[in-house]
Amino acid sequence: MISSANSFHSEMTFFQKVQGLNWGLMVLIIATACVGFACLYSAAGGSMSPWASKQLMRFIVGFVGMLIIALIDIRWWYKLSWLFFFGGMALLIIVEVMGHVGMGAQRWINLGVIQLQPSEIMKIAVVMALARYFHSATIEDMRRLKFLIIPAIVIAAPVSLVLLQPDLGTSLMIIMAGTSMFFMAGASIWIFIAGAVIVCASVPIAWQFLHDYQKARVMTFLDPESDPLGAGYHIMQSKIALGSGGVEGKGFLQGTQSNLNFLPEKQTDFIFTLWAEEWGLWGGLGLLVLFWMIFLYGTWIALRARQNYSRFLVLGLIVNFSLYVFINIAMVMGLIPVVGAPLPLISYGGTSMLAALASFGLIMSASIHRDSKVTRV
Amino acid sequence: MKQNADTVKVFSRRAFVIGGLQASLLAVLGGRLAYLQVSQGQRYKMMADKNRISIKMIAPSRGEIVDRFGVPLAVNNQNFRALIVTEQAKDVEKSLRELQKIIDLSDKQIEKTIKESKKRPKFTPIEVKDDLSWEDVARIEVNLPDLPGISTDVGERRTYPFGESTAHIVGYVGAVNEKEIDKDPVLSLPGFKIGKTGIEKSFDKELRGTAGASEAEVNVIGREVRELNRIESGQGKRITLTIDGELQRFAQDRLAEQRSVSAVVMDAHTGAVYALASYPAFNPNEFTSGLSVETWQELLADAAHPLTNKAISGQYPPASTFKMIVLMAGLKSGHINANTTVYCPGHYTFGTDRFHCWKKSGHGWVNYITALAYSCDTFFYELSTEIGIENIAAMAREMGLGERLGFDLPNESAGLVADPAWKFANRGQKWQPGETIVSSIGQGSMQATPLQLAVMTARLVNGGYAVKPWVSGYVGDVPHQKEDWPKLDLNASHLAMVKKGMDTVVNSNKGTAYGSRIQEPGMEMGGKTGTAQVKRITKADRVAGIKNEDLVWQHRHHALFVGYAPVDNPRYVVSVVVEHGGGGSAAAAPIARDLMLEVQKRDPANTSIFAGQTKGKPA
Repeated sequence: MISSANSFHSEMTFFQKVQGLNWGLMVLIIATACVGFACLYSAAGGSMSPWASKQLMRFIVGFVGMLIIALIDIRWWYKLSWLFFFGGMALLIIVEVMGHVGMGAQRWINLGVIQLQPSEIMKIAVVMALARYFHSATIEDMRRLKFLIIPAIVIAAPVSLVLLQPDLGTSLMIIMAGTSMFFMAGASIWIFIAGAVIVCASVPIAWQFLHDYQKARVMTFLDPESDPLGAGYHIMQSKIALGSGGVEGKGFLQGTQSNLNFLPEKQTDFIFTLWAEEWGLWGGLGLLVLFWMIFLYGTWIALRARQNYSRFLVLGLIVNFSLYVFINIAMVMGLIPVVGAPLPLISYGGTSMLAALASFGLIMSASIHRDSKVTRV
Repeated sequence: MKQNADTVKVFSRRAFVIGGLQASLLAVLGGRLAYLQVSQGQRYKMMADKNRISIKMIAPSRGEIVDRFGVPLAVNNQNFRALIVTEQAKDVEKSLRELQKIIDLSDKQIEKTIKESKKRPKFTPIEVKDDLSWEDVARIEVNLPDLPGISTDVGERRTYPFGESTAHIVGYVGAVNEKEIDKDPVLSLPGFKIGKTGIEKSFDKELRGTAGASEAEVNVIGREVRELNRIESGQGKRITLTIDGELQRFAQDRLAEQRSVSAVVMDAHTGAVYALASYPAFNPNEFTSGLSVETWQELLADAAHPLTNKAISGQYPPASTFKMIVLMAGLKSGHINANTTVYCPGHYTFGTDRFHCWKKSGHGWVNYITALAYSCDTFFYELSTEIGIENIAAMAREMGLGERLGFDLPNESAGLVADPAWKFANRGQKWQPGETIVSSIGQGSMQATPLQLAVMTARLVNGGYAVKPWVSGYVGDVPHQKEDWPKLDLNASHLAMVKKGMDTVVNSNKGTAYGSRIQEPGMEMGGKTGTAQVKRITKADRVAGIKNEDLVWQHRHHALFVGYAPVDNPRYVVSVVVEHGGGGSAAAAPIARDLMLEVQKRDPANTSIFAGQTKGKPA
């Protein structure tokens, strides 16, 4: 635990760091992003504008940002964890107070150039804060309920602010990612069982607090064909598009559903549908495998890490990333209710792209600096 | 370090659990994808092929307008149209250029359509061209694959069989402008028309009907595959007018002998209007098929105002037709009785002012009958100062002058009954005694519409009932007529005296309208001529002996006539105003005679109004 802050690893040269970059992971990320570009090109009816070119620009900027994050020593990120968390909290409070109203919910801060979505930052910041808190925890610590109060607050505080926005999807994702952090840090299984019981019991109460549109989404999910022209329209159209793609797919730029505008929000939340309509089962499974490889790569980095902060941070971010993937794809296939969750690296949108690349930057930083000793300050 | 080792062990174990969970979730997603694309693939493929239910609004058929016998005055003819939907066309101009190759389409129409397409929502069809021939429609249908976004449909075109004859009554329809858009969604249909004037306007809501809806499956190129559900549109209501179409046509043709003229033929007892003519008119059919700018400019520039329904909007000095009111006021106030006589030397002197009778040499001794028959001005000049303007104005109002009568056509004018209160309120000046004298012969500030003059006549001859005019007999199957008019506070013997005077005007060889009497037994007419001065006759004019005919048209007198028939049992009343037509007896009375003769021959009052489609044949 107690070691010198100036171990020789901290003097890694820039060249050594670049050598340590995870080239395999970068290839996977680029490949996934290219699927996104292809989809956006097709969504615009075979045109780079308005989406694909802009998305490409964002990706390049984000990719450079990712490399910069990766090359910064993981100890810095360790030290900055709480700062990010409280900074993120401050931003959440700011949107609450003066945030711009968009889509019926207060989610953005308009910075002129981009619209900042503090809840996206918060997803990463919660993982960082929890990784830091659990970093020095022993198994015995994890068994003590009192020890778990602070991390519980770390989850509950942003969740309650995000719920106020109101953004149910993001709140649930923060809860799930946070819970996974408890799990990987060694919290007792009984805590999860107890938690699950409490959640089940409180669902009927929580239902009362849902907004009408949120209730409608859940109800529509339960019976989408009851109202094909109303709320069930999105899911029905998405399933028709997916299904009609068949095994072979309709071919690039040939997606009739998407191109005739039957498919809603095809460039953002429903982009997987477009992909699977045009590229069929093979394309869809291929993309799932691509995501799986990213998960595995991240998990491998986490398992190879030499300190708890890196372990928890990397696996937490991978869980976070995978949650996006699962929720988005399950939604467009009609497995779960429609929630506003983009498909990371693929959906059109600045914040989600930057957030995903920043996460991979942190993951790579942990990988490059696996020998750096993180000390408690 | 041991503790840390434990943590690492737990972490690794749990990381595998998480990895396993991720793998199984991915497997679930892959399985779901396979289920949708393989097992359900065929089903969804079919759904995609004829995806989407499209809901279209069905335009209601506009209600017909018919005359009292059920003869159509406004009907709907089939009209084939080419439409374009911006969303489906993608490149609107390209589609229109393709269309131009196969049908006659001007660059102007293309420009207009493109402009329209930018304003309207992308999914609504926009009319490109209407009035297409069958060949055009066939050509478009065959070439549809090369014409993205273009479609054809059968719309309706409003047609007016009587053309100009009923233009001022029936009105016409036109495209909806932004101000007219209300909550009715039907107004957003492409090419939907709304009433702009006349009955088309005043009964627009009733005529319009309600939109229906058609739910249809549409395939990927937007073509309807089959209709799933249909809610029929509700046809607009039929409006049955009190107008006798043939009489109306007769009247309009008869008026055409003058440059600018209007006339009303009305039922003296019910107020039902049988003919309401205003010449010149316009052809409403040109308005619905797209009026050229030139025609429109011509109509606007014409000094005879062809776009104005002068029978209800035109306001004229009532001139000598006003004398019955002064006489009634005098009888009622007791200043005149059957024995009152006035000596007419050709003028009347009040203070230092001299008021001329129209006959320079004078009429000698006149009583109430000869005063009307000769239309002697001096008789009324002299008595008006005794009767007083208040009594005269009150009687004028009782006769329906000075305010709108609530007629069921738009743009009815109120006319004006001038009295001291009006003058003070509007000009801030005191009423001069000379104005009473001028008012007594219906000049000065007094104004009346031909419709009001007809109503005045009706009230004088129907026994003193306060009839009001109306033209809509039935709305759908619901009668719209008004009856049981209240009785005015008038003495029957006074009314009889006025009638006797009006009888003499036409049927005595001394009367001003003797030349226009009706000689068919039982159809004789009574009435009163009027000649309204438009430009003041100056002393110099009088000395120079300038005649009305020497003046430019705009300065000539208006010719008026009001009448009723038959004399012994009045049923019909008429009013005619010939703008700048000269003397009432020469210009207006002959027209009135012809109208009265025709209406009595046709006798519409003796046939009940056609009660709409449910009652079948006209009564």
